[in-house]
Amino acid sequence: MKTDDLIRILASDRKSPWRVGNLLTVALLAAVPISVAAFFIEMGVRPDIATAVHNPFFDLKFAVTISLALSAVALSLHLSRPEATLRGVALILAVPVLLLAGGIAVEMMLPQRVAWFTRLVGSNSKICLTAIPILSMPFLAAALVALRHGAPARPALAGAFAGLLSAGMAATLYAAHCTDDSPLFVATWYTLATLLVVAIGALAGSRVLRY
Amino acid sequence: MGPRVRERDNEWTDLMRSANAGDTAAYHRLLKAVTPVLRAAARRGLARAGQPVDQSEDVVQDILFAVHLKRHTWDASAPFAPWLFAIARNKLIDALRRRGRRIFVNIDDFSETLPGAQAEEALPATEVTAHLNGLPKRQRDVLQSISVDSNSIKDTAAKLSMTEGAVRVALHRGLTNLANKLRGD
Repeated sequence: MKTDDLIRILASDRKSPWRVGNLLTVALLAAVPISVAAFFIEMGVRPDIATAVHNPFFDLKFAVTISLALSAVALSLHLSRPEATLRGVALILAVPVLLLAGGIAVEMMLPQRVAWFTRLVGSNSKICLTAIPILSMPFLAAALVALRHGAPARPALAGAFAGLLSAGMAATLYAAHCTDDSPLFVATWYTLATLLVVAIGALAGSRVLRY
Repeated sequence: MGPRVRERDNEWTDLMRSANAGDTAAYHRLLKAVTPVLRAAARRGLARAGQPVDQSEDVVQDILFAVHLKRHTWDASAPFAPWLFAIARNKLIDALRRRGRRIFVNIDDFSETLPGAQAEEALPATEVTAHLNGLPKRQRDVLQSISVDSNSIKDTAAKLSMTEGAVRVALHRGLTNLANKLRGD
């Protein structure tokens, strides 16, 4: 086919495409009930939730995971453009990191009944390392489907951020079950679980996000 | 960046804004305007990789497909040329990789290229043509009809006894299918 003919065909196609952001929103909303159902069937909220909400360290977990999810969503959308780089925008990830670092600093200054190493090890590390990756899979699948509609210059990197946003959303659910509220526990085990999902996202992204 | 290049880039950005506002003629003009630049750059990229430059038209068509199917990823507040060249680079690298080459594509291959007098290669069969035959009949008929100069969506609808809506759907599906086949899905 001659290129001029192809151009004529392309110019005749006026079906206006979805914006990647709208598609990502719809896809993630569709994944929410799946992960929420899995959460309530497999673990559910912790029994002392009514008193836990008055503990600022419990609440901090949600500030960290939600800000992580939101900044990763923003970066995923940014990276879905072909000419985008991370320069100047990756700083947004400092929000969850600083929140968590601030939490650790405050906790260190307060008198504690248990030693810092015991708080770090906690009692839920194993379930944390499995629950977050499992709960994040529906979000990761949804995010990858939506981001396929984009044109990322670096598919593996875009996939890694899809993993990061999925882990952020999954961790937000899991935090309501987890009885370890120490920011040291969060910084250790939530981070490890998140990195696992990021690696899965990068691997999947390098395959499915090429355009 | 020279003044001619800047002027060219501004013109492209304006055309793409009009295209997004529904101006089909502007979109057609834009695709025609970028093609010689893409062609010159594709030839240079292929030549540098030691590949026959007569394959440049396949690369150009591949880029045009991606530009069309990913046009919603262009941010209307940003200039058009960097977006276009990012897609073009991606597709050229992809083409070289598929031919077994790992080649770093020089950014200047694209950004500083002015439209040359390079005409389209007179090769009859391109990858697109080959894949066109693998499409469902209806989609193929619509694409072939639209590709003929005088046939609009309306003419095509009349000729194939379809509604205009059905022609538009078949056109869009056909393009998406072709693009997937080009990618090797």
